[in-house]
Amino acid sequence: MTVMDQKPAPGHRHGGPQRPPIDATPLLPETEPFRLLGTPDAAKIDPALLTELYGQLVRGRRYNRQATALTRQGRLAVYPSSTGQEACEVAAAMALRPQDWLFPSYRDTLAVIARGVDPVEALTLLRGDWHTGYDPREHHVAPLSTPLATQLPHAVGLAHAARLQGDDVVALAMVGDGGTSEGDFHEALNFAAVWNAPVVFLVQNNGFAISVPLDKQSAAPSLAHKAVGYGMPGRLVDGNDAPAVHQVLTEAVERARSGGGPTLVEAVTYRMEAHTNADDATRYREDAEVEAWREHDPITLLERELNGRGLLDDTTRQAAEEAAEKMAADLRERMNAEPLLDPMDLFAHVYAEQTPQLREQAAMLRAELDAEHDGGQTDHTEHAGAGS
Amino acid sequence: MSTATAPAPTTARKPATMAQALNRALRDAMAEDPAVHVLGEDVGALGGVFRITDGLTKEFGETRCTDTPLAEAGILGAAVGMAMYGLRPVVEMQFDAFAYPSFEQLISHVAKMRNRTRGALPLPITIRVPYGGGIGGVEHHSDSSEAYYLHTPGLHVVTPATVGDAYGLLRAAIASDDPVVFLEPKRLYWSKDDWNADEPAAVEPIGRAVVRRPGRSATLITYGPSLPVCLEAAEAAKEEGWDLEVLDLRSLVPFDDETVAAAVRRTGRAVVVHESAGFGGAGAEIAARVTERCFHHLEAPVLRVAGFDIPYPPPMLERHHLPSVDRILDAVGRLQWEAR
Repeated sequence: MTVMDQKPAPGHRHGGPQRPPIDATPLLPETEPFRLLGTPDAAKIDPALLTELYGQLVRGRRYNRQATALTRQGRLAVYPSSTGQEACEVAAAMALRPQDWLFPSYRDTLAVIARGVDPVEALTLLRGDWHTGYDPREHHVAPLSTPLATQLPHAVGLAHAARLQGDDVVALAMVGDGGTSEGDFHEALNFAAVWNAPVVFLVQNNGFAISVPLDKQSAAPSLAHKAVGYGMPGRLVDGNDAPAVHQVLTEAVERARSGGGPTLVEAVTYRMEAHTNADDATRYREDAEVEAWREHDPITLLERELNGRGLLDDTTRQAAEEAAEKMAADLRERMNAEPLLDPMDLFAHVYAEQTPQLREQAAMLRAELDAEHDGGQTDHTEHAGAGS
Repeated sequence: MSTATAPAPTTARKPATMAQALNRALRDAMAEDPAVHVLGEDVGALGGVFRITDGLTKEFGETRCTDTPLAEAGILGAAVGMAMYGLRPVVEMQFDAFAYPSFEQLISHVAKMRNRTRGALPLPITIRVPYGGGIGGVEHHSDSSEAYYLHTPGLHVVTPATVGDAYGLLRAAIASDDPVVFLEPKRLYWSKDDWNADEPAAVEPIGRAVVRRPGRSATLITYGPSLPVCLEAAEAAKEEGWDLEVLDLRSLVPFDDETVAAAVRRTGRAVVVHESAGFGGAGAEIAARVTERCFHHLEAPVLRVAGFDIPYPPPMLERHHLPSVDRILDAVGRLQWEAR
């Protein structure tokens, strides 16, 4: 079958004792993170794209602020903020077409809502009323993955399956710098390259895996260089330069779509806030470092470009801010409503058909709920228990 | 070996091995449903190290039966994505102990995806795992890993002990919309049985135990590789005057409480037999369930004959570890017959 045909690099096959010389240079990433903002090429970026990115970044920043506030009000159990990383989050969503799939990690709720998922449904996991609050099939967004890098093989399998069926679908999988140390990262990239699967791997290198800095995580020249070992191209991009991230991801998606195979993109960014609201970042990093990154904020960088080109008048700015406020107000209002919980849901989706054991346990819970509802005490002497 | 569920004898019945029946099940499932994809290590040209996938790549092409890179988490993780896209992957883990790298995918995703997504993403994945000892395998080739699986809600755990069930249960597993860990007793791969290869049938629903040998004195509850040992023990027990019933569970999850409890209520005595370590093993769960349901019918505590609580022994010592006819008869002898 042609779909399984691979394009072995020179020397890829064992092929006997004589091997041709190996040239890995086409796979090497940039030596400096790719940038557009502040370079002569910035003038060529479509103004409509710049203003769309701006609107998304402003909305994304507001979303991060609102979600963090909801943790303080007890409305979210926890929130891993992507403040400072909004350019990566929104560019990932914008680079995809409707038929493509996004495979987010737990810090990527912003990318999830930028893809069209209802913000309240995207936060269900972090509110704690269920694990995944949205139907992954509706917007082609896989569940937020908490176990690191485990969603990457899923992206490979889905993209591979789509390609086998002749469907034009690309999967974009998101992971952090810490996640690149996991075995699943390695296995996913290896499978993707061997299968020539239409996958884009986006590593947001935000400097820290909770508290552990990158130099304790990896000795590679860059995380993008890891691509070479798998036989796919690596790209290194400034993760706070929204149009640059958008361009690199769009090119990678197009490459995957056209049968070119997977790409590993490392976006260099910075986690401006602690790992989550439950973390204390002062124990492992200096304020001065955070302040230095504030100068390189994705919104500031984009505003500079927009101002330079006269694209950011008061109306545009106001429209972006108003849209963000509207989203935040709606989120606040709906998150302040108590979620509807049905404890019987605990048994509803364990198997296609409940096992006899789960039917017994569901009946036990039902009886407890009924007793609670009636305000009475459970009669323990009549309790049927599991032995019925 | 006689099977209570096998179709009535016809002229088409002829000897087949469990390996052949499994191969036939895969072939039939792939022919019937283009969504069925087999993937694993060496499943292509080689046909698997046990030849269970023999000829599938040749017949269906390498997109349907695929040699993957050597990485079990990657195999199972890719199968998750394939199932999300509507395929029905059948994954081969080469040996019991080689499946362990895939545990995070199994426990955190395969078992939970339906639940985490409120039913939006069911994962119809069959994970075939050759398991158990008795084949003279060196280290890491003889583990009985069923307890790890059956403790994970969201998985079905199935294991055939006969040629007919190997076919029927594998068809049912592949047809299931839930993930099924399909444990293949590798020492029974070459066991032969008269089997009607012209009209093979799925064993459905998954989750029904079957009486392999009726008896009135006591019930031996077993599954997979230990069934032939139990049947042999039941024959030998006749000399002691015991008429032993032998129950083949076939499925550990779902567990057939009804059939098991009914059997023990009839005989009043039970011994659970399995190869895996006894502590925290399937037998502990089964003994507890039987006791909860049959306490007033029991003439003696439910006993277990299991592997010792030791790492699986080297091949030259494994016979001391595996449940034997003598060890089973010793346990039956301790079922408080004098109290009757």
